[in-house]
Amino acid sequence: MRKVIEASHAISDAVKLAKPAVIAAYPITPQTHIVEMLSEMVANGELVTEYINSESEFAAISSCLGSSAAGVRSYTATSSQGLALMNEILYIVSGMRLPVCMTVANRALSAPINIWNDHQDTMSVRDCGWIQLFAETAQECLDLTLMQFKISEDKRVLTPSMVCIDGFTLTHVYEPASIPEQAKVDEFLPKYAPYHAILDPEDPMTLGAIGFPTHYMEARFTQNKAINDSLNVIKEVFGDYSNKFGVDIKNTRPEVYDHVEKYRLDDAETVLVALGSVCGTIKDVIDERREKGEKVGLLKLVTYRPLPKESIVKALRNAKNVAIVEKAFSPGLGGVLYNEIATLLFENQMTPKVKNFIVGLGGRDVSLNHIRDIIKNTKEGKGPIEQWMF
Amino acid sequence: MIDIDALKTKLGKAEVTLGGVLKSDGSSSRNKTGGWRAFRPNTNRDACTGCGLCWTVCPEGCIHKGADGKFSADLDYCKGCGICANECPVKAISMSKEEK
Repeated sequence: MRKVIEASHAISDAVKLAKPAVIAAYPITPQTHIVEMLSEMVANGELVTEYINSESEFAAISSCLGSSAAGVRSYTATSSQGLALMNEILYIVSGMRLPVCMTVANRALSAPINIWNDHQDTMSVRDCGWIQLFAETAQECLDLTLMQFKISEDKRVLTPSMVCIDGFTLTHVYEPASIPEQAKVDEFLPKYAPYHAILDPEDPMTLGAIGFPTHYMEARFTQNKAINDSLNVIKEVFGDYSNKFGVDIKNTRPEVYDHVEKYRLDDAETVLVALGSVCGTIKDVIDERREKGEKVGLLKLVTYRPLPKESIVKALRNAKNVAIVEKAFSPGLGGVLYNEIATLLFENQMTPKVKNFIVGLGGRDVSLNHIRDIIKNTKEGKGPIEQWMF
Repeated sequence: MIDIDALKTKLGKAEVTLGGVLKSDGSSSRNKTGGWRAFRPNTNRDACTGCGLCWTVCPEGCIHKGADGKFSADLDYCKGCGICANECPVKAISMSKEEK
């Protein structure tokens, strides 16, 4: 069914279609609309689930840990400070390999207190062992949400996942989206069948036992292997989903989902690399520059964790100039994504001219002119490597 | 029913399971933690009134009531924390150094 829908509500619809047995959440701007709608669906009897009004995000993620360990599909959503409050439990969920699914409406971290969009919150938890997928449109929000359950719950993966969507620029924006039918979703995403953890008094298990120095490294090694190997499963699920649910509304999603989206990249000499909704703005400027004969393109990352190293290297192989455009930074280091991509370039003996642009922190507008300047500075090698676009 | 064997991976000397899950087979009762003890509780059964406060406060849950209605610690599991001795209202429990 086609709808003009707020991206937050597209996610609520996707979660409803996925039928989690437990939703535990605490409202926080700009994520609130997602769980507000879900709680309405529960109150109206449209969605049968155990909806837990948590007293904090720490409680919300802890409840999801418990319910997932009990063997049922579990979902939560949060933003910014809420995600920061969950931090301790995020590691435990992934270490216990529980397939909890979460939406993060990306928002800046305090201080100064700020409710608007950037990616500092999810970047701060990139090392927690969760799969991280970034959406650009409302349709992608919906699709990635349905896919994340399938990916996380695959017995080859069993790793929690977060779908990251830009606060306000996505969460509060209405766009056309196609909502799939329940029967088709049920075929794509069957009921969660626990493979390694279930609460059953008839067959008791120990979950979350201590890992002594004799075993801890091996446990972490297998976890790391699982998230690395999940690249194949993610690609498989992206393919299955794209086949089963074709593009209904043009330009709302890629024809076939992949770890990266290559926009006008084939002969591009200058390539911008970015995550999330800012890619829409970048694509507009690329179209404009292309009309003027400039060879520019965009590499959009959909999968950020695990980092799709091969796809990135392949896509950047012929680039002469690379600009990493990101809404996060590590104080005292620089752009987070920049440092990861620079490592890949180094490992593969690739030597394009590289620049790192920090944009849109705390909801600062990223305008067409910003992108034009980014392209210009990158092509001309103008200014320092790290540039803040105020 | 979880197939624990299917969850095992052997890496060098260590065997780990997916997510570190274990079959509950009473490992906490097999693991006799009394060996961790540096101080041993000694109950003066004449002084003990059987009030059960030590049983209430023992963090290990290893104090049991005997046939005479009085309480003493199961030394297989007692870690010698001394809370029982500290709390006993009639000072019937004393702590002495564990010696080989």
